[in-house]
Amino acid sequence: MNYNADEKGYYGEFGGAYIPEMLYPNVEELRQNYLKLMYEDSFQKEFNQLLKDYVGRPSPLYFAKRLSEKHGCKIYLKREDLNHTGAHKVNNTIGQILMAQKLGKTRIIAETGAGQHGVATATVCALMGMECIVYMGEIDIARQAPNVARMKMLGAEVRPAKSGSRTLKDATNEAIRDWINNPVDTHYIIGSAIGPHPYPDMVTRFQSVISEEIKWQLKEKEGRENPDYVVACIGGGSNAAGTYYHFLHEPEVGIIAVEAAGKGVNSGESAATSALGKVGIIHGCKTMLMQTIDGQITEPYSISAGLDYPGVGPMHSHLYKSGRAEFYSATDDEAMAAGLELSKLEGIIPAIETGHAFAIFEHKKFKKDDVVVISLSGRGDKDLNTYIDYFKLA
Amino acid sequence: MSNRITLKLKEDKKLLSIYFTAGYPSLNDTVKIIEDLEKNGVDMIEIGLPFSDPLADGPTIQESSTAALKNGMTTEILFEQLRDIRKTVSIPLIIMGYFNPVLQYGVEAFCKKCQEIGIDGLILPDLPLDVYQDDYETIFKKYGLINVFLITPQTSNGRIDQIDSASDGFIYMVSSASVTGSKSGFGQEQENYFERIAKMNLKNPQIVGFGIKDEETFKQATKTAKGAIIGSAFIKHLTAYGTDKTNEFISLIR
Repeated sequence: MNYNADEKGYYGEFGGAYIPEMLYPNVEELRQNYLKLMYEDSFQKEFNQLLKDYVGRPSPLYFAKRLSEKHGCKIYLKREDLNHTGAHKVNNTIGQILMAQKLGKTRIIAETGAGQHGVATATVCALMGMECIVYMGEIDIARQAPNVARMKMLGAEVRPAKSGSRTLKDATNEAIRDWINNPVDTHYIIGSAIGPHPYPDMVTRFQSVISEEIKWQLKEKEGRENPDYVVACIGGGSNAAGTYYHFLHEPEVGIIAVEAAGKGVNSGESAATSALGKVGIIHGCKTMLMQTIDGQITEPYSISAGLDYPGVGPMHSHLYKSGRAEFYSATDDEAMAAGLELSKLEGIIPAIETGHAFAIFEHKKFKKDDVVVISLSGRGDKDLNTYIDYFKLA
Repeated sequence: MSNRITLKLKEDKKLLSIYFTAGYPSLNDTVKIIEDLEKNGVDMIEIGLPFSDPLADGPTIQESSTAALKNGMTTEILFEQLRDIRKTVSIPLIIMGYFNPVLQYGVEAFCKKCQEIGIDGLILPDLPLDVYQDDYETIFKKYGLINVFLITPQTSNGRIDQIDSASDGFIYMVSSASVTGSKSGFGQEQENYFERIAKMNLKNPQIVGFGIKDEETFKQATKTAKGAIIGSAFIKHLTAYGTDKTNEFISLIR
């Protein structure tokens, strides 16, 4: 089976481009050009140079000895948290800002949940001297204050999304409206593996550097390119898409996704899309989506702003439906506990989003010889206030 | 019987079409609003099926949609409210909404219900041309529904030709690059756009939407186009004056 996007952007039955005509010229321009531009020698050269010198790639693949002892398997951490700006998000924004320049765009818009994508976008806009507007839900602005301040320092304008649940979904709506209102000079840097084709495929390709590096790094350490499992947390699914990409067609590699269960999958306050969703249209693609029987999109909940999204990227819907990936979900409490455990055992404070991936050990038992690579997608600095409140650290 | 939209488009006059969000201001205002609009000489009505995430709409229609959903509006309830609408109303009725609620109801079931009620067409901005042609055109046609496509000032002539040949009613001409309700008045850019489209001699007449709010903008929009659609301005009127002053609103347009 093919797990990549076909020419029209479908992963099995998921994907496509369900966009109003107002967005058609922009999306079509991107669709026609993205592969050609992205694989030009000059583009690749500039992209890889920036990933190396500016982002600090390759990010280490670190053998987590104490965590491995605790959970009885061989655990490697892919250290995306050590990237400039503190998460995997910058891999994609570097790629897309170069794409925007090639397309002659001068103004950049983005949506953000936890603020990591917003910061990564504001960063590359500062780097390239481009105007930057980031839409962020009002609730997220309150719970991710340090990232809001960082975006402002980097010269971006942060515009609050005040409608609906006032989180990531609504920030995305506002960004799309901005793009409709500014169809000529603006490029929309979507941060997750969602949106109309070609976004899910383009974002996945820019993030695929994660699994490309895992392959040769693991070869050096274990003498083999393929781990037994790759594990990632999933909101929209960009770090997961990048972590899985080069293993999708390696059947011996088990693919594991951990969604945010919030206060429990059946609590009514959850973002576990695979368990709670059904096929629908959100933000321009057909995918698994949390919605009412009437097709109204429901408001998700997670303690982590980055996973607080009612859908999941179309590639992941296909991985779920086809059975290629195992899907689990971790509650707020499990994710927070896993984050604390990683801090105490390995000296690494993860983002709360990332904590969900580490909660896999609550749900799945690995064998002693299993090599398990976990995407450590982001660092926890931005979440200190939430950690302080939750663990009463102050 | 010919589709009511087709017949209406043949009349020798500029058409005034009004959009409102079903379930707003109150859940059960739908029938009264439709009847009053017809009584006051409106030629065609777009009944908005509210959606939680209306991407192409500005704040006015967003807020009315949120309020309508809060009032309890659902696809089923809207169909129930419209069950006997053809006993009192004869102008063309179009349902306008986003694709996901239609998909969840079942596209064929939705179209069948529309035919039973006497709905003449659908406008689903996020159902793209190629998906419609590949998957849904035969269903729409089976139930006698006209599907209306949008064009914008950025739509290329080639694309407009494609849309024109895929259409069999009218083309919804979005006046400017914007979400609904965001621009005030038309400038040179719109004039040029209206003229450019007029010169293309499309087989389908065009009805202009977005940015029409009063007599002046209606006249500008219909100088070359067959008609114009007013949405946000009417919703604002409903918000301010309730459902009893429809005549006053329409009298300010023509």
